[in-house]
Amino acid sequence: MATVDVRLPTVLRPAAQGQSRVQVDGAAVGDVVDELIQRYPGLGSNLVDDDGAVRKFVNIYLNDEDIRFLEQLATPVADGDEVAILPAVAGGQ
Amino acid sequence: MLRFERSDWLAMLAEAWARYPLEACGLLVGRPGPTPDQDVVERFVPIHNEAASSRIYRLDGREYARAALAADDDGLDIVGVMHSHTHTAAYPSATDVAEASKPLVPPTWHWVIVSLALGFPELHSFRIEDGGIREESVGLIEVNPY
Repeated sequence: MATVDVRLPTVLRPAAQGQSRVQVDGAAVGDVVDELIQRYPGLGSNLVDDDGAVRKFVNIYLNDEDIRFLEQLATPVADGDEVAILPAVAGGQ
Repeated sequence: MLRFERSDWLAMLAEAWARYPLEACGLLVGRPGPTPDQDVVERFVPIHNEAASSRIYRLDGREYARAALAADDDGLDIVGVMHSHTHTAAYPSATDVAEASKPLVPPTWHWVIVSLALGFPELHSFRIEDGGIREESVGLIEVNPY
């Protein structure tokens, strides 16, 4: 079990009592997300779908690396790691 | 009115041209005002276009995360996104509106588009809220020289 620092985007802060950083325990990114949602249920539907998969428009980073390029939600975390949640941004002409 | 430093305004035009024929993109990092109309851009951060396309852009994940966290560390916030249109007018496309309307994207964000369609860079800024597009004026943060 590790303790990580979760950084929340502006739009999600109201659902987490206005906090931009939250310390959460877990062994993998998935545990961290579960624990976060358990603590702040308002975050739930914004982050994961009914099957518990990360929503398409959500990017989750572990120390600047998109977890899609790691082991997704099974990516292990270590003490002091930083998990950042950001909206995916794209577009075009 | 969305306000920029002169150097950031020039950097956005230069970035659009430098990346041509690919779409350029970047983040507007700033200080949110009491209302979005009073937001001030403190720095423009060019971000690599992961899609490497002349038709679409996707912010490089790692650069985006770094810029967002650095902004937060500095007590600033992402207040908008810049991208270029290489062959069409500086006006949000259907894709741009759809992307801006996704759940985690703040409705307060400013969408700066630099068009190269006329052969020289032309910058416009928009707010996209509830699927509606509204152009906003842009201005420079000027120190009175007199």
